[in-house]
Amino acid sequence: MSNNSLGNDVSIVLCGEAGQGIQTVETIIVKALKNSGYNVFSTKEYMSRVRGGENSTEIRVSSKRVISYVNRIDILLALSEGAVQHLENRITSKTLIIGDEMHFKSLSKEKYNFIGVKFLEMAKEMGSAIFSNVIAAGAIVCILDVPKAVFESCINDIFTSKGKKIVDKDIAAGMKGYEVGMELVDSGRIKVEVEKDSDVGDELLLDGTIAVGLGCIAGGCKFMASYPMTPSTPLQVFMAAHSEEFDMVFEQAEDEIAAINMGLGGFYAGARSMVATSGSGFALMEEAVGLSGMIETPIVIYIGQRPGPAVGLPTRTSQEDLNLALYSGPGEFPRIIFAPGNFKDAYELSQRAFNLADHYQTPVFILSDQYFADIFYNQPKFDIESKIEDHIVKTNPDYERYEITDNGISPRGIPGFGDGLVVVDSDEHDQMGHLTENLDIRIKMVDKRLRKLKEIEMETVPPELLGNSGYETLVIGWGSTYGPIKEALSNLEDDKISFLYFKQLYPLHHSTEKSLNKAKKTIIFENNAQGQFSDLIKLKTGFEIEKKVLKYNGMPFSVEEIEDNLKAFTGG
Amino acid sequence: MDPKVFDVEDADVAWCPGCGNFSILKTLKESLSEMEITPQELVMVSGVGQAGKLPHYIKSNVFNGLHGRSLPVSTAIKAVNPELIVINVSGDGCTYGEGGNHFIHNIRRNPDITNIVHNNMVYGLTKGQASPTSQRDYSTPLQIEGVALEPFNPLAIAIALKASFVARAFSGDINQTKEILKKAIKHKGYALIDIFQPCVTFNKVNTYQWFKNNTYYLDESHDYYNREEAFKRAIETEKYPLGIFYKNSDNVTFEESLSSYKTDKSPLYQRDFHEDKLNKLIESMK
Repeated sequence: MSNNSLGNDVSIVLCGEAGQGIQTVETIIVKALKNSGYNVFSTKEYMSRVRGGENSTEIRVSSKRVISYVNRIDILLALSEGAVQHLENRITSKTLIIGDEMHFKSLSKEKYNFIGVKFLEMAKEMGSAIFSNVIAAGAIVCILDVPKAVFESCINDIFTSKGKKIVDKDIAAGMKGYEVGMELVDSGRIKVEVEKDSDVGDELLLDGTIAVGLGCIAGGCKFMASYPMTPSTPLQVFMAAHSEEFDMVFEQAEDEIAAINMGLGGFYAGARSMVATSGSGFALMEEAVGLSGMIETPIVIYIGQRPGPAVGLPTRTSQEDLNLALYSGPGEFPRIIFAPGNFKDAYELSQRAFNLADHYQTPVFILSDQYFADIFYNQPKFDIESKIEDHIVKTNPDYERYEITDNGISPRGIPGFGDGLVVVDSDEHDQMGHLTENLDIRIKMVDKRLRKLKEIEMETVPPELLGNSGYETLVIGWGSTYGPIKEALSNLEDDKISFLYFKQLYPLHHSTEKSLNKAKKTIIFENNAQGQFSDLIKLKTGFEIEKKVLKYNGMPFSVEEIEDNLKAFTGG
Repeated sequence: MDPKVFDVEDADVAWCPGCGNFSILKTLKESLSEMEITPQELVMVSGVGQAGKLPHYIKSNVFNGLHGRSLPVSTAIKAVNPELIVINVSGDGCTYGEGGNHFIHNIRRNPDITNIVHNNMVYGLTKGQASPTSQRDYSTPLQIEGVALEPFNPLAIAIALKASFVARAFSGDINQTKEILKKAIKHKGYALIDIFQPCVTFNKVNTYQWFKNNTYYLDESHDYYNREEAFKRAIETEKYPLGIFYKNSDNVTFEESLSSYKTDKSPLYQRDFHEDKLNKLIESMK
C-alpha cells in the first residue's frame, strides 16, 4: 500500500461490461469536472455488442488543455471482474485500482495497487445494485475536488427525465460515493494536484460528432437521409433530433443507395443535403458520387471511418477510407475532401463543406473516424457568425443549367424558382441538360467540369504548421491524429521538430511540396496499413516521406506511442 | 391549355418507330395540359432505360438520374418542395429490378408523387433480355431455355403494402389511359400506374395484339377501397385487368408527416436560417 500523488494531469479509466451504465457514469463525471473548471477529455473503446464484453472509457483531467488519448492509467475504476485483465497491458505499479472487493478477491495485492470499496453492498443497501455506478462516480469526483453542489446538479440534469424519485435516489447514491471519496482523500492515499481554471466552466463540452453536426447546421443543412452504421449513427441521431428546430428533413432510408440519391434530389430542389455513413455503407453510395459529379448537383458526405474491409471491426477506429473517398465514382470530376482533427476545425470545415458544395456543385467529403467521433473535451465557444453563402439563381425562360463558363461553374437554378426549367441528366448532356452523344460537346463538358477543380485548388485550406518554421524534422498527420501528435510534440520540447497538420486532403495545397522539401527528416502517422495519405502526397508532389508509422489494429495512436516513435526517429 | 406547351423543340427521340412509348408520351402531355399543369411546376424524374428518356421529350424540369434510383430522388424533391408536381417515370427493369427495394419502401413512405412504369416485359435499351415482368418460358439471348423465374407482380406487391393508389393501363388505349393517369396525378399520395406497352423490336410475344387480347377493364362494380378484392384482381393472369385496382383512404403523405411542415408549409429553400437558434443550441453544450 502506497501513497499516490497523481500530479496535475490525471488519467482515469472506467471499465465494465456493456449494459452496466458506464456511459452514464462517464457523462456525469466529465460534466461535473468541466463545470468545476477542469480541463477534461474522454475517449471510449467498446466492443460490438449491447450486453457483456469489456468496455472502457478514459477520462483525463488536467491543469492544461488536453485533447488526446494517453496510454497511461493513473486511476482505474474497475466495475467488473474482467476489467483488470482487459486493461492488463496498460496497468503499471503506479496505477491505482479502485473497485469492489467482491470482484477482486483473487487479485494479487503485491502486483496491483488496489483499493477495495464495497460499492455493490452500499448500492444494495440503498435499494438496488444499479446505484453502484453513481456511488463510484461520487467517489471519483470527490477525489478530484468537485464541489458537491456541482455534482448534484449534474446528476439532476442527467436523470431528470426519469422523475424526481429516481433523481433523489441517484443523488443520495452520489453523496454516499462522495463520502467514500472523502475517506480516501483523508486517509492520504490519494492526492490530486490538478488546477482549475474558472474560464473552463463556461466553455462547451461536446464530442467530435456534435462539433461536425453543429457545423452542418451552421452550413445550412436542410435535408439528410442516411442508413444507420457505426460510427456515423450518432451524427444521424443528432441531426434528426434538431431537424424540426432548423427546418430540416431527416429520413432513415431503406439503404445507403437510396440515402444518397435522396440527398441529390434534396439538393437539386433547393435544400442543402447530406448523408452520413461508414466505409461499407459508402461503398454502396459510390455510384451516386459519380451522379453528383455528372449532374453537378452537390452533396456533402460524412464518412465515419472504421477498420475494414467489409464489416471489419465495427466499433474501432481507422483512417482507411481516404482512397475510397478519393477514387469513388466512375469517370472524372472534381471533389473536395476534409479531415478535421480538432473540434474547431470540425465545426468550421463542416460549415465550409456546404458552402463549397453549393458553390462548386460537386461532392464534398468530411472524413471522420470512430475515435474522433466519440471523443469529448471542453472547447471555447465557436464563432457562429452566419456564413451561409447563397448560390442559387432565379431562372429566366432561356435558362440553361450547364452554361459553359470560364471557371466551369454554371449558375445553378432549382425547379419552381423563376421561369426557366432545370434539366439535369446522368448521361452526357448539352448546355440545356438534355442527353447528347455529340463528342465535341462531350469534350467541352468534361473540360468545364474539370475547370472547377482549378478554382477549388485556389481555395484549398492550407495545412497548419505547429511549431517552429525552421524545423529539421517534420511530422505529418491528418484528421484525428492531430491531438496526440500535438501533445507529443509539446511534451518533447524539441524546437527542431514541427508538425504539419492536414485538414484538407484533396485537392492538396500547393505549399505541400515546399514544406516537405524544407525538412531534413520526415515522418508520418496514419491509422491504416498502407500509408494512403503519404501515397497521395507522393503522387501529387513526388515526395517520398521517409518514415511511415502505420497503426491498423483499430485503436488510435496514444501520445506516448507518438513520443516513442519520434524519439527513436530523431535519435533522441 | 395546349399540349404543345410540353413539346421539346428539336428533340432527338431515340425510340423505335411504333414504340409504345410514343403513345404514353402523348397521353401524358394531354393529361397535363388538361389539368392545367405548367412545365415550371412539374418535375419529371427518371432512371435509365428507354422509358427513362421520356423526360427529355417533355418540356419540364428534369432529373434523369441513375438506373433504379429515381424513386428516392422523387421522394426528396417532393419533401423539400411540396409545391412541385413530381412524376416519376421509368421502365419495368428500372423500377422493379434495379430499384426493387426502393419501389417497396417508397410505397411504405407514401410521398405525394405519381409513378408511371412502362411495362413491356422486356429490356429494350440493352437489347432484348428478360425483365422482372417477363413471363415464364419467354426466351431471350440470355434466358436461352426461357425465363424460369416467377414474374414480378407490382400491383399485388403494392396492394399488399397498402399503396395509396394502384392502377394498370394499356398504352394502346390513349383515352382510357389518360383518364387513369389524370386520376393518378390528382391523387394525394403515392400513385402507381403500371402501363402495359408493346416493344416492337424485342418482344415478339407480348405484342399490341397480345395485350389487346389478354386484357380487360375492371367495371364499375369493382370497389377499389376493398383491399382483398383488389388483391384478387391483381393476381389474375388468364386475362389481365386494367383500371384502378386499389385506393387507400388512409392517405397521410410522407411530406405531411415531416416535422418541418407542421406550421410552415413553404418550400425549404424559402426558409431563413435561424442564427439565434444555433446560438442557443451551442450554448446548451455548456
